[in-house]
Amino acid sequence: MTTPLLEIRGLSHYFGGLCAVNEVSLDIAPGELVGLIGPNGAGKTTVFNLITGVYRATAGSIRFGGEELVGRAPHDIARLGIARTFQNIRLFRDLPVLDNVRTALDGHTRYGAAEALFRFGRFGREERRVIAEARELLALLKLDHLAGESACNLPYGLQRRLEIARALALRPKLLLLDEPAAGMNPNEIGQLMEFIAWVRDRFKLTILLIEHQMRLVMGICERLAVLDFGATIAAGTPAEVRADPKVLEAYLGVEDPAAGTGDTGP
Amino acid sequence: MSRHSWGALALILAGLALSFAIPAYGWLNKYQQMILMYVGINVILAVSLNLVNGYMGEFSLGSAGFMAVGAYTASFATVRLLPAAFGALGLPPETALAWGFPLAVLAGGLMAALFGLLVAFPSFKTRGDYLALVTLAFLMIVKSAIENLDVIGGPRGFLGMKRLTTLPWVFAWTALTVLVIRNFVYSRFGRGVLAVREDEIAAELTGVDTRRAKFLAFTLSAFFSGVAGGLFAHLLQFISPRVFDIIKSTDVLIMVYLGGIASIGGSVLGATIYTVLLEALRPSAVGWAFGWLPPALFEPLNTHVIAHLNVWRMVVMPLLLVLVMLYRPRGIMGLRELRWLVPRRDREALGKGCPRPAPSPQGRGGT
Repeated sequence: MTTPLLEIRGLSHYFGGLCAVNEVSLDIAPGELVGLIGPNGAGKTTVFNLITGVYRATAGSIRFGGEELVGRAPHDIARLGIARTFQNIRLFRDLPVLDNVRTALDGHTRYGAAEALFRFGRFGREERRVIAEARELLALLKLDHLAGESACNLPYGLQRRLEIARALALRPKLLLLDEPAAGMNPNEIGQLMEFIAWVRDRFKLTILLIEHQMRLVMGICERLAVLDFGATIAAGTPAEVRADPKVLEAYLGVEDPAAGTGDTGP
Repeated sequence: MSRHSWGALALILAGLALSFAIPAYGWLNKYQQMILMYVGINVILAVSLNLVNGYMGEFSLGSAGFMAVGAYTASFATVRLLPAAFGALGLPPETALAWGFPLAVLAGGLMAALFGLLVAFPSFKTRGDYLALVTLAFLMIVKSAIENLDVIGGPRGFLGMKRLTTLPWVFAWTALTVLVIRNFVYSRFGRGVLAVREDEIAAELTGVDTRRAKFLAFTLSAFFSGVAGGLFAHLLQFISPRVFDIIKSTDVLIMVYLGGIASIGGSVLGATIYTVLLEALRPSAVGWAFGWLPPALFEPLNTHVIAHLNVWRMVVMPLLLVLVMLYRPRGIMGLRELRWLVPRRDREALGKGCPRPAPSPQGRGGT
């Protein structure tokens, strides 16, 4: 196996006394498309928040391309090449589509505050480059005709796509998608699956995604990790995971009428 | 330089020439010139506050505090430091002050920026209402610090400043403020500040160094508020802690929210309307405006309405603000900009914002 792009070892996170993530370990090789699944409240988004630095891990390590991520600022991690989307869309709503993407490209822009305030040096050249790149990316994702529209005015599906465009503008190596299919109908989910596959090929990405839509997960993920109560209970190919009795138990509960039920089962 | 920049330069030079011509040829009387200078100072205050309150979406009440720091620093420089320093060089005091004044104002701005930096630190940890309280506390600290500093007059105030603030100086500083803040806003730093307003977490995860964005916005805003304070002190020629109280901050807030958040043009408009209207509603001004009426009509109007305007004009402005907030919650030009203030390359993508202000996101999203 090649050296992993992302290497999570013994990752734990506590909210006060509550253990949200418990000793999770996960390796992702470059180019892989891995799914992170599990019932609601299993700690999936917390894992994303730990990788991206929103939370600081209580214990464990996250290495990305050999660099330790725990303790780094989120914007630092983003610029290293980890981009994400959110379960509930978090665009810069009042800003035009173009600026949503430009803000992400700015992380790679080189000019200082003085150059910006008095407009000299690298400022003009860099700004022109950023606009050109933003437009190119928007054209690629078929959003270019909406460049001047405020993000909030886009229909839901296009907002999701813009969020992915903004993430891609960071030129990430690893893309984290948090429930990309949330709120989509079966037809749209089919299109999204094709879109994710295309994005991955086009931008040579490694993708880790959280999803409840089993059709999407089973359809495009090469490998799955299943979380329950913050711990990894299973890992493997979709077929292996589907057959794992512990996974069925986590989603559907044991044969005990008192036990709670999961949501969308496999 | 592009054609656009040449146009801007020509406009600034024309304005500067006009600011020299007005007092030289007496195109406006002394009173009108003074109002014009107050308009300029208020434009500086409003534009710089808009950077924090409008573009960054925080709610700072600290304007008067930064202004006070700038005013006292600049005044101390022109009254105590400059005459001594230039006297040692053998320069006549008049020349010393004329040349030293911009330096004194600059020093006032820099000192205020230093204080802005102090307020930026709590903003890393807290937002919204709580940060507003931090800025309010800052204002109170500045005020009581001045009251207890005998070297600058304590509660009695500080005087001895020459009337060094002239129309050309006010115009130059106003133009500089508008230009620099406009340049800041239309750069990666400005987009970072906007991203902080829209969604701080998403901004960080999009690669925005939100701490640096806040740090820059607070310092730049404080710097220009301090400059305005320096100009203000050398126009009024007397400053005391009472001049820089919460009411002064509220004045600036009204200008910003009246003119429109996240709009430089809006702040220029808001500051102008506020300053001019407050003056125009003075009994003398209104009496003069209606002087053409026949005495039979004018006399009752004068005794029953105009004579009471000194009280009522303070009601008119807040009332105007309430009306604007009801019908245009983001102010007259909220989230919109005068087209010619926008750099050409940014014009094609000028968002107009959402129909309604979006509720501020609180959670961190998801399980």
